[in-house]
Amino acid sequence: MFSLAPAIVLFPLLGFLFLGLFGSRLNNERLIGIVGSGTVGLSFLVATAIFIEMLGLPPEQRKEIVQLFAWIGTFTGTSTSLSVSVGYQIDQLSILMTLIVTGVGFLIHVYSIGYMHGDPGFWRFFTYLNLFIFAMLNLVLADNFLLMFLGWEGVGLCSYLLIGFWYDRKFETGGYKPGTAYTGDAAKKAFIINRIGDFGFLLGMFLIYVQFESLNFDTVFGRAAVVNVGGEVMTWMTLLLFIGATGKSAQIPLFVWLPDAMAGPTPVSALIHAATMVTAGVYMVARCSILFALAPTTLQIIAVIGALTAIMAATIGLVQNDIKKVLAYSTVSQLGYMFLAMGVAAFGAGIFHVTTHAFFKALLFLGSGAVIHAMHEEQDIQKMGGLKKYMPTTYKTFLIGAIAIAGIPPFAGFFSKDEILWKAFSSDYGSVLLWAIGVLGAGITAFYMFRLTILTFEGEERFDHRHIHPHEAPRTMTIPLIVLAGLSIVGGFIGIPQSLMGGNALEQWLEPIFAPALSKLRVMPHHVEVTEYILMVLSVGIALAGIYGARLVYLRRQELSALWQQKYARIYNILWNKYYLDEVYDALFVRPTLRLSNSLLWKGVDVAVIDWMVNGTATAVAWCAFWVRRVQTGVAQMYATVLVGGIVVILFWLMIK
Amino acid sequence: MELQTYLLLSAVTFIIGVVGVLARRNAIIVFMSIELMLNSVNLTLVAFSAYLGDVTGQMLVFFVMTVAAAEAAIGLAIIIALFRNKQTVNLDDINILKW
Repeated sequence: MFSLAPAIVLFPLLGFLFLGLFGSRLNNERLIGIVGSGTVGLSFLVATAIFIEMLGLPPEQRKEIVQLFAWIGTFTGTSTSLSVSVGYQIDQLSILMTLIVTGVGFLIHVYSIGYMHGDPGFWRFFTYLNLFIFAMLNLVLADNFLLMFLGWEGVGLCSYLLIGFWYDRKFETGGYKPGTAYTGDAAKKAFIINRIGDFGFLLGMFLIYVQFESLNFDTVFGRAAVVNVGGEVMTWMTLLLFIGATGKSAQIPLFVWLPDAMAGPTPVSALIHAATMVTAGVYMVARCSILFALAPTTLQIIAVIGALTAIMAATIGLVQNDIKKVLAYSTVSQLGYMFLAMGVAAFGAGIFHVTTHAFFKALLFLGSGAVIHAMHEEQDIQKMGGLKKYMPTTYKTFLIGAIAIAGIPPFAGFFSKDEILWKAFSSDYGSVLLWAIGVLGAGITAFYMFRLTILTFEGEERFDHRHIHPHEAPRTMTIPLIVLAGLSIVGGFIGIPQSLMGGNALEQWLEPIFAPALSKLRVMPHHVEVTEYILMVLSVGIALAGIYGARLVYLRRQELSALWQQKYARIYNILWNKYYLDEVYDALFVRPTLRLSNSLLWKGVDVAVIDWMVNGTATAVAWCAFWVRRVQTGVAQMYATVLVGGIVVILFWLMIK
Repeated sequence: MELQTYLLLSAVTFIIGVVGVLARRNAIIVFMSIELMLNSVNLTLVAFSAYLGDVTGQMLVFFVMTVAAAEAAIGLAIIIALFRNKQTVNLDDINILKW
């Protein structure tokens, strides 16, 4: 069964090729939808089969590498020559990620059939989506850094293509340069900011090759296992890799692209910018856990960045009015939690949160898509309200998602988030401060998620009844919502901690992957403590307080929000403008670059030097030709005269020689 | 007779031919000058053939004469075609293939 691993990757590729080559001529939404989602569904089935077989095997047999072909160099290359093959590694971590990508991906494909119905780019959409799944599977299944990087770039490309899918539409930048941006600008922003991160990843990869003389995971991690902790090279290497992760996974300082990425169609936001692609950075850190374990400094930086991102994005999410923007900031915030987990050496907890987050965030995004659909492309929650009457299924599933992300037991988010918070508190690499930031962020999360739910679905109806007639979404859209809602309820049960009589199945499942890193870091399995229960109750209490606060402010005493908005206008403005980060980047990087390009590079180098040289050559040739071409008079006798003259000269020369 | 006599006559007729080709403006005259050059070469060939006692030269003369006959046919046809199109055989007026 394990040898079928390449098939998982192959199906979406076939779907991409088929739709890309013939999609425009098919003119048949049903067929395109079936091919698009069917290929991903097949991948999911194969992955499930492999997973089930893996469950029956002892832990040490759960890993297998399937080599397909040599890509660069040879299979048996010497240690000093670069040798990279296209090979897929099946193990506990990659199969889990594959299940998430194909499973959630399949549901979102199905949803897209309903959501994209009637769009002239229907086939293009599914082509891109299939390409994305193909790239993402390469990312998670690769057995070496280079193939992973291929997937890494591939998902970035698909992200670009799909953010700018409606390339002729404008989108709301949220205070910054209002009304000037096309979705293509958002796509470019995402792509360029990701390039910065990718550059870090690339440099990190070079450093890995210099240090370990290989790019194969097995070889690199095997050689890393005997390296001493705390070397300077390891710190730089992991920092560079982490810069790559901050780009792809939207962490400080590179997270600004993700909120703008919401310009794409909502299924894209759900699949790429919430459930799968943005977790690639977390996956990469988890995959390279042994490298990061060798650099405790980097781990600390990751933990701090993660915690700061979590709280920063959560506070911005408090005041946004665009339904997708709120979810985008919440994604950034939740990604912060995942990195916080990575930073305190709780790799298992981080991956756990990746899993549950994929469920409930995909659910929330798809729910918001159903709402946007029903409201005729309206995204401003201030112009919604009272929708639960019109779309009960969407409301119920959205509510489940909101409860799950808020961290109320026994929903999925509670277990993973609480695991992270407990590790942030108890781990040798964590601290009370990190925990406190995390808990505060959790409270804010609960507040803004319920602000969103209440403003959208409850209260009075603030939309224009004459033009907007909300309706429940079609079945292809509600069924994925229901499935994801189910997963958001039970998804957490795979990781019930020991303190709650669970076996923490996920942690045990992933244990062989992280064991080398954890033994390097001397992280001992912890025992149940009373503190854990106290902290658990505290975080649930804060989440409940957040929910209660949201109900109070947005349902019972609605005058409060406007009042606070005036009273704390300064804070409100900072949050509304996203800490002015876009403006700061604009002033620090964008404008100087533009000015430099305009004055020096364009007018100085390009026009004055390069163009001058090229044009000068052409002008010189033209000038010479202007005079020389006079020779060609068209009179044949003149040519003959010159010819004879030439012969005479040559004959004379031969004679006097 | 000496070889030089033949060669001298040949050289003189050849140069008359060259000057005719280069200097005259009437296409018919130019054409006749070309024949003159061909025949002066023939004379040289025959002279050397007799002098050296080798028939290769004479063989070549027949060859040249054949080519000249063919060339005369084609050349005259061209001149007639030219005259029908341009109503002139003055070479100075036929100069449109230029910059």
